[in-house]
Formats: sequence, C-alpha cells, structure tokens
Amino acid sequence: MNFNAGDTAWILVASALVLLMTPGLAFFYGGMVRGKNVLGMLAQNYVTMGVVSVLWILGVYSLAFSGTGKYIGNFHQFGLNHIWQQATGFETLTIPPLVFCAFQLMFAIITPALITGGTADRLKFGAWTLFCGLWLVIVYAPVAHWVFSPSGWLSKLGAEDFAGGTVVHANAGAAALAVILVIGKRRGWPKERMRPHNVPFVLLGAGLLWFGWFGFNAGSALAANTLSAYAFVNTNTATGAALLGWMIVERLRDGHATTLGAASGAVAGLVAITPACGFVSPMGSVAIGFAAGIICALAVGLKHVFKFDDALDVVGVHLVGGVLGALLIGLFGTKMVNGANGAFYKGGWTLMGHQAIAVVAVVAYSFIVTYILAQILDKTIGLRVSVEQEVAGLDLSQHAETAYETASYSDGNRFSSSLNN
Amino acid sequence: MKLITAIIKPFKLDDVKAALQAFGITGMTVSEASGFGRQRGHTEVYRGAEYTVDLVPKVRLEVLVDSGEAEKVIDVIVKAASTGSIGDGKVWSTPIDNVVRVRTGERGPDAI
Repeated sequence: MNFNAGDTAWILVASALVLLMTPGLAFFYGGMVRGKNVLGMLAQNYVTMGVVSVLWILGVYSLAFSGTGKYIGNFHQFGLNHIWQQATGFETLTIPPLVFCAFQLMFAIITPALITGGTADRLKFGAWTLFCGLWLVIVYAPVAHWVFSPSGWLSKLGAEDFAGGTVVHANAGAAALAVILVIGKRRGWPKERMRPHNVPFVLLGAGLLWFGWFGFNAGSALAANTLSAYAFVNTNTATGAALLGWMIVERLRDGHATTLGAASGAVAGLVAITPACGFVSPMGSVAIGFAAGIICALAVGLKHVFKFDDALDVVGVHLVGGVLGALLIGLFGTKMVNGANGAFYKGGWTLMGHQAIAVVAVVAYSFIVTYILAQILDKTIGLRVSVEQEVAGLDLSQHAETAYETASYSDGNRFSSSLNN
Repeated sequence: MKLITAIIKPFKLDDVKAALQAFGITGMTVSEASGFGRQRGHTEVYRGAEYTVDLVPKVRLEVLVDSGEAEKVIDVIVKAASTGSIGDGKVWSTPIDNVVRVRTGERGPDAI
C-alpha cells in the first residue's frame, strides 16, 4: 500500500482535533446546566470517551467498517485483527488503516456524548455509562455502516454525508428525543427557572468545538488536498453565517443579541455544514449556515410548544440542524466541488430524494431503537436519579463532589472584592 | 443601644464603610444578601426563554451603636449609600437589650 506522509500526518492531527471536541462539548453543555450538575455533565462526557475508546478497538470499528454487508459490518477486524487491511471500499486511501480507525473512533465518541445535553440533570451516571456502550453497538455502528461505508445501503443509494450530518447529528438528536420521552422532564421544568450557571464556559466550549470541527469536517476528506480545503473554508463560513443568523433572530425577537445565542448559532452552523462541507461551494455554505442559524434559533422553541424537556436543545440544534444540512445538499450540491449536482445546479431532484431517504431512515431507526433500549434500561436498572438525588444535584449525588467551593445560595452572585481588604 | 441594619448596593459598600469610619464607628458586620424592594428584579433571556430574576444582590451592613448616636449613624449611612436611583436600599434600627464582648465579658454600652 502506498501511504502519503502528508495525508497521514493531517489525519492524525485531525483525529486529535476531533477528540478535543468532546471536552469542548462537555464545557458547552456544562456551562448551561445549573451549578449543582456541572460535574455530572462533565463526567458523562468524559466516561463516554473511556467507554467508546475501548469498545471501538474491541469490535465496534469492525462492525461499522468491515465486510461488504449492506446493513452492518462483520467481525473480521475484531480486536483490530487484520488492521493492516483497509476498510471495505477505502482501498485507495493513502493513510494507514489504523489511522482511519483512529479518526473514525473520535466520531464515535462525540456522537453518544451529544445526547447528554438533552437528558441533562437527571440521568444516573452508571445507567448512562451502560447506555452509551449499548447504543454505540446497536445504533451507531449500523448507521455509520449504512452511510460512511461504501458498501452500506444509503451510501450505495447515492445519499451524501461528508462528515456525519445524518450519522452523527441527526442520529444523536433523534436518540436524545427518544431518551427524553422515556425519562421525562426535569423536576420543576418548565416553571422553575434553570438558568445557565456559567455562560463563559459555554462560549469556551463552543470555541473548542469550532476549532476541533476543522478536524471533523476537513479531516473527512481523508487526505490533505483541495477537497479538505473546501471543507475547511465551508465549515468556517457556514459557522460565521449561522452565528450572525441566530443573533439577528434574537435581536429582532427579544431585543438583545446574546452571548449564549452567538455560541448556539455557531454550533448550529457547524452541525448543518457537517454533511455538506465537501459537496457545496463556499457561497452555498453561506446560505446553509445562515439558514441553520435562523431555523435552529426558532426550532429551540419547539420544546415549549410540544412540552418535551430537551434541556440543552439537542433536538433543536443537532436533529434540526443535521437534517437541514443533509437536505440542503439536495439544493446546493455541486460537482465542481465533489459529488453530484443538486437542484440549484441543474441536477434535478434526484439527489434531494436520496438525501430525504437517508434522513428518514437514520432518524427513524435511531429514534425507534433508542426508545426501545431506553425503555428496557429504565424498566430494569432505572435510568433516572431519585427525586432527592435530583434536588441535591448530580455532582453530589452521583460523584460525591462539588464543582465550586464557594457554592452560593443566591445563584453565585458575589459582591465586590473590597471585603478582602 | 440600637442595632442599625442597612441594605445597600454592593458597589456602595466602600463609601459607606469609609464614612462610618470617619464618623468614629469602631466595628461593623457585612454580609452578602439578596432581595428586592420596589424596584423588583430584572429579566434575563436565554435562547429565547425569559427568566424573571426577583432577587437582586445586595450587601447587608450591621452596626451596634449607643441609642443617642443612632440617628446620626443612620444619616451617615443614608448619605453615603445614596445614588438617587431606584434600588438604593433601606436602613432601619432595632432596640437591643444587651451586648457582651466575648473576650472581656463587658456588658451593655461598654461592650460596643
């Protein structure tokens, strides 16, 4: 096999960038929860890094990428046996198979981690740990195979997903909705106010996500070339446009553009451009990003209409944004960059049809299987903490720790430091 | 003896402390407080959802004084704490039966 040092070096770095997204996500979410639950949120994200890192090597990589099955891989590369062989359909890659495996691992880590935002403040730590491992095997592995593996049925159909708009975002968003419906609302929602306890954390986390996302999207070219450059520029452009779109909605609707809105808009743009970044032009990415910022800013209100407690808006941002991005490829896809032409480039509606099938298949499978899995776990080991534990907070009840020594009864408002004089 | 309690804006604490020290007050207790008066709280918006925050951060300052000095001390605090805008706070006095200095066991006005 002919490996290219430049490609290999880039994908190794990109893998590390994608890994950093999960701690970034942990802070993005952690800042939005109440101060008594921030460690619970960080712990759920970090333990996912542990669980998935091990399971991926043991067998899940093989299930997702080995073999020629239409719906699921096989155990050919169980325990990374035969890892000197490229994954099926990736024979022309110029990076070692082990690098591809590591890069894909990082996607498998952040996908279940995304769910924790919807279920924030009420999952038992042990139940989450078990759930994320099972979900990885029965939901993530098949869906990744359908879309990412060239032998998967959606990939064969012609559905396009450059970096995981369906596999990662729509998948995690649909799963979050399913778990939310099983475990129910946080105690006191929506009457009791549950303000973000640390908005600077949210912005810090969003910045880490934006940075790491260059690895996620531009790395998905699996080489250091013009296509990865398109993905890089499209990612940044769409993110900027979405940030502006979200803040404009807030300014017009609420009177103030907020910092939380800037972070949320950026993430919405990152989500929506993920499937499209290697198929659209930079001008297309402006349209996709701007649309994502506006639509996701409005979509986060859905939970108040339909009364489901999507605590940190995983449905409004990741499900809606992922679906939106996947569908907009059907309009903005262009051969000049990569892939097939969409409706706006005289490609007709064929591509849009493929995108719609992929979206429906992934969302339906993820929602249904996750719902059944969550019901079984809830009826057996129980997914949700007790009322006492929820009131005390996850930090204390699940981990016997507190995040802040100076935890205050009054939402952390401290007066001037002049008292120390 | 009287206990003067003042609820003031946190950023006015330094001014009030300096004014009381200049007046000759030898001790005070300051604590963090939150609450609302006629100005009510304020509104915050997170992802389009409005939150009414009733309790505004304040500082509670307590001073023990001789009954004869109470009115003057209140005037000093009010003058120093005032900004003229809504939410400046309140000052009140309460009669005190007895005061004991822990170290010496002194009682009454001597302990102030």
